[in-house]
Amino acid sequence: MSGAELEWRAALAEGRFLLQRGVRSGRAFFPPRIAEPETGEPVEWFEPSGRGTVYSVTVIGQKPPLQAYHVALIELAEGPRLMSRVEGLPTDAIRIGMAVTARIVQEDGQALLVFDPA
Amino acid sequence: MSGEGFPRGATAIAGLATFGVGEMPGFSAMEMAARAGLLAVADAGLTLAAVDGLFICLPDDLFAGLSFAEYLGLRPRHTDNNRTGGASFMSHVATAAAMLDAGMIDVALIAHGSNQRSGGGKLSTPARSNDYEAPYRPMFPLSSYALAAARHMHQFGTTREQLAAVAVAARGWANTNPEAFATGPLTIADCLASRMISSPISVRDCCLVTDGAAAIVMTRTDRARDLPQSLVPVLGAAAATWWTAISQAPDITITAAVESGARAYAMAGVSAAEIDVVQVYDAFTINTILFMEDLGFCSKGEGGDFVTGGGIAPGGRLAVNTNGGGLSCCHPGMNGLMGIVEAARQVRGTAANAIPDAELSLAHGNGGTLSAQATVILGSAATL
Repeated sequence: MSGAELEWRAALAEGRFLLQRGVRSGRAFFPPRIAEPETGEPVEWFEPSGRGTVYSVTVIGQKPPLQAYHVALIELAEGPRLMSRVEGLPTDAIRIGMAVTARIVQEDGQALLVFDPA
Repeated sequence: MSGEGFPRGATAIAGLATFGVGEMPGFSAMEMAARAGLLAVADAGLTLAAVDGLFICLPDDLFAGLSFAEYLGLRPRHTDNNRTGGASFMSHVATAAAMLDAGMIDVALIAHGSNQRSGGGKLSTPARSNDYEAPYRPMFPLSSYALAAARHMHQFGTTREQLAAVAVAARGWANTNPEAFATGPLTIADCLASRMISSPISVRDCCLVTDGAAAIVMTRTDRARDLPQSLVPVLGAAAATWWTAISQAPDITITAAVESGARAYAMAGVSAAEIDVVQVYDAFTINTILFMEDLGFCSKGEGGDFVTGGGIAPGGRLAVNTNGGGLSCCHPGMNGLMGIVEAARQVRGTAANAIPDAELSLAHGNGGTLSAQATVILGSAATL
């Protein structure tokens, strides 16, 4: 038994991307919470489809030799949005509206959710 | 419309001051805020001993209310350390107005100061990305605004030229304001050629990093009538918070300014069309466009067109950020109080770029990543 954040991170470390939804409303949300936002009602975990689209994207320039990178907001098929990045494409090829799918990688010693072009 | 119980016109800004706008090396944030506070109290024709309500937010001191009270030897009956970023001070005005009207305090001092330019040259803030977002390395807070701008461009066809028009308008006002830090020619082409930081936000889309302090003194209007300055009654002050992380925005192109603005207008009993002069927190050029829309000066999606062709520049359709704003006058972090001071100066007729016959003056603050929004509407004595 632990708080929702720790449970979510533990699942991610085991290779499972989980979302929560209100038990009664069925409404999904992120990040994980101990109760449904707006209603305060009980929540349950479920495994989302992993599908989503790019809602917005920004490319962050860096001084050479460091390379530019990007940060994207992903809108999941289940509704919630989260910050992540899209792998496998040049930064300037990532477009709003692009379909993506979730993948879990290891980075800096922790599991991290990223997305690939669908 | 409902006035929401706000004591319309019952309180007024009786004193105001700025200090150290631009660069003030050798001063701490506390010293600057204290100086501005003393100047504002003197401007109101009052003494420090009269202050019994303290409202403050400093960049580097989470307990600034306690520190500031000790520093100036105040023993406030109420200390408000509300910390909603650049919207803090508009929230302070709302609370101070209610407490003054209720007779819980008699003289409110609202103060802010920052030495972020001389002290390090970067935005001074304890805020940062949350643990879910930090691993992706967004620039805080810049990339959040960039994500909003990118989406606004995608959804409404807003262009980088239109973002640049906001910066050029701000410079136009700054060029005739002796207090402004950044002056000189600035063209759309200059902005478009400036270094991209977090697309579509380039260097010229960003506010300045300056030192600066500001303070205002509020009393009940009946008392303010007997004080030396011309009357600047507070007609409305409303705050709204919808999220903190930008990923949590239900629609990233619509901020809680929609709510704070509508409620402030209802309190004041006025509409956007009646406002004579506007100050909005322009941390980035996209802010001004979003707030023109959300505060009802144009429709959603039309902000880019609204600012184009000198729309908000001197001589344009609406006088916006008449001191040069955060983009060209000064940005000591959490810039809200500078906007309130400029809004009050416009009503007094003492602003460097005084708008003739300004009766209704709006100041809007933004905190976090388009997160906390708060709107203050000031009037002249004639609006009571």
